[in-house]
Amino acid sequence: MDQQHIRNFSIIAHIDHGKSTLADRILQLTETVSARDMRDQLLDSMDLERERGITIKAQAVRVQWKGHELNLIDTPGHVDFTYEVSRSLQACEGALLVVDAAQGIEAQTLANAYLAIENDLEIVPVVNKIDLPQADPDGAAAEVADLIGEDADRVLRISAKTGEGVAAVLDAIVERIGAPDGQPDAPPRALIFDSSYDQYRGVVAFVRVVDGVFRPRQALRAMALGTRFEAQEIGFMSPAMRPVPELRAGEVGYVITGLKDVSELRVGDTLTSDRSPASSPLPGYKDVKPMVFAGLFPTDSDDYPELRDALERLKLNDAALFYEPETSQALGFGFRCGFLGLLHMEIVRERLEREFDLDLIVTAPNVAYRVRMLNDDDWREVHTPSDLPDGAEEVEEPFIKASIIVPKEFVGTIMELNNDRRGRFDHMEYLSPERVHLVYELPLGEIVLDYYDQLKSRTRGYASFDYDFDGFRPGSLVRVDVLVGGEPVDALSLIVFREFAYERGKALVEKLREEIPRQMFDVPIQAAIGARVIARETVKARRKDVLAKCYGGDITRKRKLLEKQKAGKKRMKQVGAVEVPQEAFLAVLNLNDGARK
Amino acid sequence: MTLDTAGVRHLYVHMPFCSSRCGYCDFVTVVGRRADHARYVRALLGELELERAVLAPELETVYLGGGTPTFTDGRALERLLAGLPAAHELTVEANPETVTPGLARLLRTAGVDRVSVGAQTFSARLLRVLDRVASPDDVRRAVYALRDAGFDNISIDLIYGIPGQEPSDLASDLAEALALEPEHLSAYELEAKPGTRFSHAHGPALELQAEAMERYFETVVGTLTGAGYRWYETANFCLAGDRTGGRDLRARHNLGYWLGRDYLGLGVGAVGTVAGRRTRNLPSLARYLGALELGERPPREVEELPAAVRTVERAMLGLRLDEPLPLAAVRDAIDSEQLARLAQAGLVATRDDAIVLTERGRFLGGGVTARLLAPTMSG
Repeated sequence: MDQQHIRNFSIIAHIDHGKSTLADRILQLTETVSARDMRDQLLDSMDLERERGITIKAQAVRVQWKGHELNLIDTPGHVDFTYEVSRSLQACEGALLVVDAAQGIEAQTLANAYLAIENDLEIVPVVNKIDLPQADPDGAAAEVADLIGEDADRVLRISAKTGEGVAAVLDAIVERIGAPDGQPDAPPRALIFDSSYDQYRGVVAFVRVVDGVFRPRQALRAMALGTRFEAQEIGFMSPAMRPVPELRAGEVGYVITGLKDVSELRVGDTLTSDRSPASSPLPGYKDVKPMVFAGLFPTDSDDYPELRDALERLKLNDAALFYEPETSQALGFGFRCGFLGLLHMEIVRERLEREFDLDLIVTAPNVAYRVRMLNDDDWREVHTPSDLPDGAEEVEEPFIKASIIVPKEFVGTIMELNNDRRGRFDHMEYLSPERVHLVYELPLGEIVLDYYDQLKSRTRGYASFDYDFDGFRPGSLVRVDVLVGGEPVDALSLIVFREFAYERGKALVEKLREEIPRQMFDVPIQAAIGARVIARETVKARRKDVLAKCYGGDITRKRKLLEKQKAGKKRMKQVGAVEVPQEAFLAVLNLNDGARK
Repeated sequence: MTLDTAGVRHLYVHMPFCSSRCGYCDFVTVVGRRADHARYVRALLGELELERAVLAPELETVYLGGGTPTFTDGRALERLLAGLPAAHELTVEANPETVTPGLARLLRTAGVDRVSVGAQTFSARLLRVLDRVASPDDVRRAVYALRDAGFDNISIDLIYGIPGQEPSDLASDLAEALALEPEHLSAYELEAKPGTRFSHAHGPALELQAEAMERYFETVVGTLTGAGYRWYETANFCLAGDRTGGRDLRARHNLGYWLGRDYLGLGVGAVGTVAGRRTRNLPSLARYLGALELGERPPREVEELPAAVRTVERAMLGLRLDEPLPLAAVRDAIDSEQLARLAQAGLVATRDDAIVLTERGRFLGGGVTARLLAPTMSG
C-alpha cells in the first residue's frame, strides 16, 4: 500500500475506560476477525492481562478501512511501562484519547496524553461509555477538549460496548491523522516498539518501518546494541501473523529474528541493514533501569532451582526484569529482583506463583540508592538496604513527579499525606470545578510501601495517581538495622530519611513484637543505626507450654498434636535461636497508620 | 524399647456409666442404664478371658476408670472386682457424691488400695459450670469415708481454667485439697474441645482463662511443691518420700504409660498397647455387649506402631517425668543439635547418658519435646 493510505495510531486511556473494548470493536467492524473468533479483549493475550483488564505487552494489529491500511499499536496502560508507551507512541502519527463519560480524565489519561503531545501525535479525543446511565458526555468532553486545546465539538462520543459511533472513529482516524512521512528509498530504519519471545522461533521484534524496505533473509543490525541477525520472516499481525515479502516505509509489522535472548534486542532500538546501514539511529533509545527492588525467596528452600529456572524463563519475555542471586541469613538463598515499578513487581510475582506454581516470600520493596564513599568519585548503586555501607559520604535516592487527580474535597488530605511522605508541592490546577490535578515531587522510597493504599483509602477510592521518574537527589538517609535476639536480620534492614528513623524503627519493632510468637526465652527486638540502638521491645518468654494430660487412652492423639506442633515450626525461619514466622518479614509493610510517617 | 515378653503387667478397665454427663468430658460415657450394669460386667469379664493370654502371671497394676466406676450398681461392681486379677496396685476412680461409707468399705474389702477422687474444684459455683453433681462438702465427706474405711492412698483430681474461675478460686481449691492431706494430687488444665457445646457456651470466658493458664500452672506447681509434694509428672504430684517414710506414692499404673510399658485395655472405648500394636475398642456400648455375648472380641480399631513411632512416644511420655530419660531408649528420635541448643538455654540437662528437663524446661515441656524430636518424626 502506498504511504498516503497508511494510518498508524494508538489508543490511550485510563484502566477500565474501555481501550480493549474499543480495540475489539474495531477488529469486528473492519472484519479483521470474524464474529465467531471474537473473544473479549483479543489483544490482551496473557491470562493475567485479561484478568486484570490491563495490557502488559504492546502489540500491533493491521485492519483495512475504506481503502486505507490502519495499524493499531496497542500500548501498555501503566506508568511502570512509560518507556514502552513512549516507544509505541513514537511509532504512530496519531492517537485516540479515550475517556470514560462517567469518570472524566484520570491521572493516567493525563500522563499518556502529555506523552502523545510530546511525540507530536494528532490526538483524536473520544468519550466512551455514553450508554451508561451515569454518563456525563458533555462534562467529559469539555475536560478532554480543555486538556488538548481542541474544540468540544470535535470530541467523538461513542459506546464501544454497543458499537455506537465506532465507525465515526475509524473515519476520523483516516481524516484527521496524517500519513507517515518516511523516505522509501533511504537506507532502511525501523523502530522496535515491542518484542516477545516465541519458544520455537526466538525473539520476535515488533517494528515500525520509518525509512526504506525490509525483506526476509536480509542481514540486519540493531544499532544501539550492535546485535546482528538475519530476518527469518517478516509480516504483520491481523491479528494472527501474516508473512509478507516486504515491509515498506510507514508500515508496521514484525520481524522474526531467531535470536534466543530478548535482552539482545531492546525496545527503542533501531533496526537497519547490516550491509548498507543508515547513518544514524532513530532518536530516543534509552536503557531502562529498574527502580524498585525486592528479594524473592522460595518458601521452601528446596524450591530454589525452580525459582531460578522460572526467572530465567520469565526474563526471556521481559527484558526489563533484572535479577541476581541474593543470600539472606534469615531467608536463605533467593534473588534480588529489580522492577520498573510496583505494578511490574506485582505482575512478576503473580506470574511466578501462577505460571510456575511457586510459593514465594517477597521482602518489602525498596528503591535503588546511589552511594558515594569518602574520597571516592565513583557512585555505585545499592539495591538492598543491608548493603548500604556505614559511613557513606553521600547517598542519593530516586525522586518522582507525581500526578494526582482527586475531587476537590480531598485536596487537604492528599496534601497532608504528601507532606508526611516528604513531598514537595509543585502546582495544582482545576480540571473542572469539581476536580483538581495536583503535582508533587516525592521520593520514590516513600511511595513503594503503602502510598497507593493510603491514597485510595483516604479518598474513598476517588484518587487517581501516576508518576514519572525525576532523577536522583541527595538525601539525608540512614540504614536502620533490626536485631532479633541480638542477631541482625538482614532482610529487615531499611533505609529511611534520618528524621523518620526513630519513629519508623520504633513502629517496626512494635510490629515485630506482635508478629513474633512468644518463645521459650525472652527475645529482645532492637532497631539500631550502626551500633546505636534507637528502639527496643521484648517478646516475653512463654511460661507454660505443656500438653495438659496424657494417659493410655490419648497417647496417639497427643503424639499427633506434637507432630503438628513440630510441623508448625518448619514454617518458621530460624534466626539464631529465635523462630520467626514468614509474615514478620513483611512487617514493615503493615506499620500502623500513625507511625507510618 | 523392649517388649514385655513375660506378659503385660498393667490392666485398664473402663466403666462407662455416669449419673449425668459433664459438659467438658470427652471420655466414653453412658448416662444411667442401670439395667445394663450387670450385663456390662459380664461382658468385661468375658473380654478379660479372651485376652488373658497376653497378661503376665502377676500384674503390677489394675486401674478401674470411667465414666464413674463408683456409679456402677454395687453388686455388679463387687462381681467385677472379684473377677479381676490381683495386682500390686488396684485403683478405682470415684466421683465424690458416690462415695458413701458403705461404698468405701465395699472397695476396701474387694482389695482396692487406691482411690482417685474426682473433686475438680471446691467452688459450688464452678462445679455447676462443669455440670458436676457433687457439692464441695461431698468431696470432703468422700475423703473422710475413704479414710475411715482404711484407705492410705487417696488421690484428688483438680481442674483449673474453668470459665469464671478467679486466681483466688484456684488458691482456695489448692488449700482445700491440701487440707484433706491426700497422698496424691492431679491438677489438669481444662481442655475444652473446639466445636463442643461446652466451648460454644463458654467461648469468651474460656479465652480469658486461656490467658490466665500460665499463672495458674505456676500457682499449682508452686503451691503443691511448697506443701511438700513431689512434682513427678507434668500434671501429677505425690507426697515426697521424706513425708512418707520412703513410700513411693506415684501412681504406678500411670507410671506404666509414661515409662512406655505395654498395657491391656478392657471395656467399651478402651485402649491397649501390646507388642507394638495399639487397639481401641469402638465406643458403641450396644456393639460391645453384642459381640461379647456371642463370645467374640468387640469391634476395634488397630494402629500399628512402627519402632520409630514408639521411640517418639517413649520420648514424649518419658519427658513428662521428673526422672532422667535414658538416651539409649530414644537416641534415634532426638535432634542432637536442638538438644545442645536447649541445654544452652537452660531447659534440658544431660547427665550419665540420660536427659532430664530442668524446672523451667518442664513448664515448657511440650515445646521442648517438639524441638527435641528430630525432624523425621512425622515421616
